[in-house]
Amino acid sequence: MTLHQLNNHLNSVPETAPTSPALRVDGLKAYYQTRWFGITREVRAVDDITLRIEHDEIYGIAGESSSGKSSLIKTIAGAIRPPLNVVSGSVNFDFGTRKVDLYSLKPEERTAIRWKHLAYIMQGSMSVLNPLRRVRQSFVDFAFRHMGLPMPAFLRAVEEHLLKLHLQPGVLDSYPHELSGGMRQRVVIALATVCRPGFIIADEPTTALDVVVQKSVLTMIREVQREMRASILFVTHDMAVHANLTDRLGIMYAGRLVEEGRTRDLFRNPRHPYTIHLIRSLPRIGDAEPRKGLEGTPPNLADPPPGCRFHPRCPIAMDVCRVVVPPMQSLGGGHRVACHAVTGGTVQ
Amino acid sequence: MSGADTALLDVRGVSRSFWTGGLLSRRRIDAVKDVSFTLTDARPEIFTIIGESGSGKSTLARMILNGMTPTGGSIAFGGEDLTTIRKTRDRMRFMSRVQPIFQNPFESFNPLSKVDRYLTMTARNFTDARSQAETDAASDRALRKVGLSLAEVKDRFPHELSGGQLQRIAIARALIPGPRLIVADEPVSMVDASLRVAIVNLFKDLRDELKVSIIYITHDLATAYYISDRIIIMQKGEVVESGDARAVLDNPQHPYSILLKNSVLSPDVPDDDEPQTIERDRAARSY
Repeated sequence: MTLHQLNNHLNSVPETAPTSPALRVDGLKAYYQTRWFGITREVRAVDDITLRIEHDEIYGIAGESSSGKSSLIKTIAGAIRPPLNVVSGSVNFDFGTRKVDLYSLKPEERTAIRWKHLAYIMQGSMSVLNPLRRVRQSFVDFAFRHMGLPMPAFLRAVEEHLLKLHLQPGVLDSYPHELSGGMRQRVVIALATVCRPGFIIADEPTTALDVVVQKSVLTMIREVQREMRASILFVTHDMAVHANLTDRLGIMYAGRLVEEGRTRDLFRNPRHPYTIHLIRSLPRIGDAEPRKGLEGTPPNLADPPPGCRFHPRCPIAMDVCRVVVPPMQSLGGGHRVACHAVTGGTVQ
Repeated sequence: MSGADTALLDVRGVSRSFWTGGLLSRRRIDAVKDVSFTLTDARPEIFTIIGESGSGKSTLARMILNGMTPTGGSIAFGGEDLTTIRKTRDRMRFMSRVQPIFQNPFESFNPLSKVDRYLTMTARNFTDARSQAETDAASDRALRKVGLSLAEVKDRFPHELSGGQLQRIAIARALIPGPRLIVADEPVSMVDASLRVAIVNLFKDLRDELKVSIIYITHDLATAYYISDRIIIMQKGEVVESGDARAVLDNPQHPYSILLKNSVLSPDVPDDDEPQTIERDRAARSY
């Protein structure tokens, strides 16, 4: 294969104009279910989530630890193992050339689409790369069989891809410990995108990095996304990252989506009390005004509070919040919120 | 700066270097180079050390905690040079006055023992409390200072508590001996953004109400601006800028400080017709 052909291979963009969203999640429920001595215990980590992610957009998910973010992306990536089970709902991908209902596939078919169409940038780059193998071998281990190229062409493709991401191909000869944290994270991003997947899931990729490196890694993610026109599901609890990177944003609380909209709308005009708290409590340089933290602790998902799960910590909780689960309602312009105080729920 | 006799902590020209490599390829790494600062006894303050990973912040913290000896310069706490602390009794007395708080609350607690054990052991080692009732009382007093109570945490394992709660318990533990100085090494970087404010507010209360000085080590400029009185910015082991926290962060002078400040992502969204910061950056990069 000549270099020219290789370039064509790398740059091939699906011809057909996609019409359906890149990802459609409908009423997804995924619970951790255990049964010991006849006692069933359920942890409702993902509870009735419906969302759409369009082609060529970065969709952010924000929420505190134990809000079910990781369980949600594991379920979306089809990387679940018991005791986490999908109870109901569906996950539909549209990769342009192929439409996939993830949970109707056989496990081996699911494995086949992973990495090629669906890539996953994980948190903690240190533990992703095998410390005993050079970076080059990690690329071979992960991506070789998905690319379907002979080995020399594959390695050339990898080097070209690295150059495109402004990484020196020399990193291929390094062991992970020889690279700095930021460099390792960049290698992991290169690794996840080498097959030019249509959908990328990024789980807190910059949480352990310091500010300077964080910004350069985010810039790289944005560049990769623009260049490949991929969709990214970006998960982090850092609201400043969402403000600067994502196109649309979903706020998760205790396994449910509580608010969703364009990132700019959400930051300018947050409606759910939890979102308001998340945005208002951010300290910023040049402003030393006292801020208040949120009282209380996230609910135990094995025994979540009835009604709105945020009501025990909510400053404006009403009677109805303790009884009725607020439905997700549209406020127009793609802005949706699940809060009785906004949508006017009453006790029946 | 007042005289040496009122200095709580006096760090003078402190350096620390490490040797790496084999016999023939020995290489010296200067983790900390000639750092000096003084905390006064009279006025408790939050003193922030900022820098990227590998800038020597944590090495400096370990030397202040007397977990590592400097290769150059000296550190004195309450007028007493740390190198003179040799006897166990002196060491215990030093530890009761200088207490650490670590980065990751999930790692600083043993997952197999109950969290109140840490409080009990600290109370037994560093205070006069001997009986169960006395150590419980000491633990409860410390927990109340951080907005918790012994009833809430007793007999709980670390996995049953949230990161924010664990970090507050770690702070309560550090308060039991009644320290004068707390060295907090990146105490909020593993804590959710929504809980960060609660933790840094707690540091403010400790300074204002309990008169404890705090050395706050972080790379988060926003919380540093929010709580600190004075600040030093470190790069590759050297202090590149220091002074009043607000003044330094409002108007940084050193190129590295400016880079740091510019790298902080603002939590404000741009106007509709403007691209996002990351996008603007990308356009500005020249290749």
